[in-house]
Parts: sequence; C-alpha cells; structure tokens
Amino acid sequence: MDKKIKFRVNGTEHELEVPTNRLLVDMLRYDLGLTGTKEGCSVGVCGACTVLIDGEMVSSCLALAVFADGRDVTTVEGLAQDGELHPVQQSFIRYGGFQCGICTPGQVVAAKALLDQNPRPNEEEIKDWMMGNLCRCTGYYKIIESIEKAHEFAK
Amino acid sequence: MIAFDYRTPGSLEEVYADLKEAGSDGKIIAGGTALVIMMKQQLVQPSCVISLRNVSGLSDISENNGSVHIGGLVSHAHLDASDVVQGKLPVLGATYHHVATQRVRTMATVGGGLAHADPNQDPPPTFIALGASFELGSAGGSRSVAAEDFFSDYYETVLEPEEIVTGVSVPLMAANSGAAYLKFLPRSADDYATVSAAAVVTLDAAKSTIQDVRIAMGSVNTTPVRATASEDVLRGQPVKAEGLREAGEKAKEHTDPVSDFRGSGSYKTQMAAVFVRRALEAAIANAS
Ligand SMILES: Cc1cc2nc3c(=O)[nH]c(=O)nc-3n(C[C@H](O)[C@H](O)[C@H](O)COP(=O)(O)OP(=O)(O)OC[C@H]3O[C@@H](n4cnc5c(N)ncnc54)[C@H](O)[C@@H]3O)c2cc1C
Ligand code: FES
Ligand code: FES
Repeated sequence: MDKKIKFRVNGTEHELEVPTNRLLVDMLRYDLGLTGTKEGCSVGVCGACTVLIDGEMVSSCLALAVFADGRDVTTVEGLAQDGELHPVQQSFIRYGGFQCGICTPGQVVAAKALLDQNPRPNEEEIKDWMMGNLCRCTGYYKIIESIEKAHEFAK
Repeated sequence: MIAFDYRTPGSLEEVYADLKEAGSDGKIIAGGTALVIMMKQQLVQPSCVISLRNVSGLSDISENNGSVHIGGLVSHAHLDASDVVQGKLPVLGATYHHVATQRVRTMATVGGGLAHADPNQDPPPTFIALGASFELGSAGGSRSVAAEDFFSDYYETVLEPEEIVTGVSVPLMAANSGAAYLKFLPRSADDYATVSAAAVVTLDAAKSTIQDVRIAMGSVNTTPVRATASEDVLRGQPVKAEGLREAGEKAKEHTDPVSDFRGSGSYKTQMAAVFVRRALEAAIANAS
C-alpha cells in the first residue's frame, strides 16, 4: 500500500509515492540517495540515524516515512550552507570529534539540534542531550569538546 | 514489517470511526517508538495503522481545579520542559527525564507510553504514587481510570480495543508533601530500570508525623505495583529511620520479578526494598 507524501529535505521539495511500511531512514538513503544518514542499531538506541523533523531530533529508524508528510526534514547533508560547513562540523574537524566516522552524521545533527536551542551548552548539558548518540571510537571527550567549542566557529 | 493502510484522522471522532472500521486489525500510532519496533519484529502486524499525529486538542498541558491535565499526545520532552509541570509537579518532569534519551523523549508520547504498558517503564510508578487518573475515550464516551487500576498484565491494560488514552489528570500535592522517583541503573544511564520506586509523602504541620503516603514500584512484577503493605506501616507514624526501613522490607510482599540481564529476581527484590526506603527518604527531604 502506497501513500503520496509531500515534504522538504534540506530545503528541497519532494513529492513521492512511498510504501506505508517504508522507514524514514530507508526513504532518505534509498529513495533520495542521501546516504549521509547511517543505520546502526535499528531500535532507537545508537543515534546513528538521527535526523531533524521540523527541527526536532528523531531516530529515522523508528520513524515511518509517512511521518514526513508536510514536514521539513534536515539531514547531515543539509548542515553546510553556501559551501561552508556548519560551525559544529568545523569544530568536530578542529577538535577531533571523530575517528572512524560512522556515528558522526548522527552526532553532528544531534549537536546542531542542541546548539539551535542552547548556543553555549556546558558539559553537563551536552552529556545529557548527547547520551543517545553512541560512539565506539572517541571515548566521547573529543565529541564533548567539539560541541562545547562550536561557538568559536559561529559567525 | 508488512504493508498497511495508513490513516491520518484529524479529530477524535474520526479516530473512533477508523478504529471501528478497522476492528481488531487496527492499531493506533502516536510517537511510534514502541509500535514501529514491534512491527519490525513482526510481534504485531496491523493491516491498518491509525495515526493520532494530526489530531488536535491532545497536545496541551494545563492546570485547573487543583490538578494538572496532560494531553495524550504530549511528548515526553514537552512534558519534561513544561513550566506547569516544572512548577507544580517537578517529580513528574524528573520521571519523564529518566526515560531513555532526549531523542526518544522527543518522539514518545504520554498516551503511547501508557498504552505500551511495559512494567519496566518509568512514568507509571510516579503516576500511581501521585494518585493520577487516565482519561480514556471511545465512540461510546469517556471514562476515567485510576493509574493503579490501568495496568492488567505484561503489555496489557484495561483499554478496550476501540478506546484510546486521551489524557492524564494529576492532582496537585497536598501542603507539606514531598515526592521522589528513583531509578536503579547499574548498567547505563539510558537503560530501563532494574527496579524503580516512587513515593509521595504528606507530613503533618510539625513535619514529624507521616499523615499520608503513596508508594509504587516498577520492574518488580508483571505490572507497575502500588506498595500498600509499605504504606500501611507508615501512615500515622512518626518519621523515623526504622519505620522507613520496615516499609522498604514490606515492599517485598508486592514483588515477583523476573530474572534477566538487569538482575536476578531475588536481587531485584532486595533492591526494591532499598529503593523504596531511599525514595521515602528523598520524598520526606523534599517535604521538609
Ligand atoms: C531506545 C528506547 C529506550 C527506551 N527506554 C525507556 C525507558 O528507559 N523508560 C521508559 O519508561 N520507557 C522507555 N522506552 C519506551 C518508551 O517509553 C515507549 O516506546 C514510548 O513511551 C511509547 O510512546 P509512543 O508515543 O512512541 O507510542 P507508540 O509506539 O506510537 O505506541 C505504543 C503502543 O500504544 C498504542 N497507543 C499509542 N498511543 C495511544 C493512545 N493515545 N491511546 C491508546 N493506545 C495508544 C499503540 O497502538 C501501541 O500499541 C524506550 C523506548 C526506546 C525506543
Ligand atoms: S539506527 Fe536508529 S537509533 Fe540506532
Ligand atoms: S567515530 Fe567511530 S563510532 Fe564514533
């Protein structure tokens, strides 16, 4: 059973017939070719699949594609503006917030959602917000530092 | 996950009509955090999924006539950040903040969480201790069910097939009252509880006697349970460490936990006694 949905991804309008049982992560990756969003656990725990719907962070592995109908979706591909990386992306590069990189799209999208409502979060606030984004490489310290110092790159 | 008919009714009347039409093949979806996982695992395979996401009037939090009303579609994150909840019922905000992670809290709704009825969830013990009631609606009208009477078994509630949770009503606490919710998390901060305990204590004006008390626990039985045996040894008694310890021990009469990777059954029972005592201590500290 298909459903026609209209939505925006990173500012671009899309109109698609999607099967009702399509997950948002699969629609992004396979129907739209936006493979920046990763899938890890598939059950809402790891945060690799984090995207924003109307600015709120969700697990795209638990969201049905039809949830996007009429909404604004932001993926990691939408963070850079006019060819310039988002401040939090620049900060991850500068302060070593990633190693293998598999968790990174989810980390930076989650961090953007935090910074949008709290531009200067302290360590406790960062830990509380980012608790659902797992990383097997960095030991987290560099991720926290990258988010704490993202304001240095804001214009 | 099998394909299904996806409905997006805009009003409760339309939800009830869709539920009637779909019959036993229909399933409500709110945040989707529990249902989508169960559908992926093919534990449930509805042929019709009815979304509450476009229904208006279920997403507000308000206070009137001595209670706080929370719409069934309010997200955990919205509840946690609500000024009304933070101001009047901080224990409820703190309880919802204990659920999983910010991302899950953004998606998950109050009504969906209650209908899911996993005995390891955080909100039910606090609702039971606060004396909350759940508002259930259907085409036939609405009814109110006390939190402690809502859960009937593992993942089972008293909800009828064509009934939904439209909201929760939580009475404000009496003067000289304090509340606490404690979650035992020996594994990781985003885990479900190994055991959990909520307590609401009302002291006399001199703050030396326990006038009233309500205690509830999670993860210790097939449903969240109210620890009436613990309450009975405290009501009307002076605030004393020995009494709180005894109340903790009495809580064991209400436990029958399963052994799993969060702890053996006997360990959970021992820890339930500890966490009931600590929840009482914290509630009393908040009241004084
Ligand atoms: C990774 C992860 C970690 C979690 N950790 C915790 C935790 O630590 N503590 C905790 O308490 N919970 C935890 N949860 C569970 C979480 O609380 C539930 O998944 C969530 O509350 C369900 O809400 P929802 O709106 O997403 O419901 P949905 O998934 O949409 O629905 C759940 C069930 O309720 C039914 N339903 C939905 N809304 C209504 C309604 N208004 N009336 C009647 N029936 C309805 C659906 O048909 C379905 O059967 C966790 C979940 C995840 C994914
Ligand atoms: S893949 Fe979605 S949270 Fe892990
Ligand atoms: S950088 Fe490898 S998992 Fe995070």
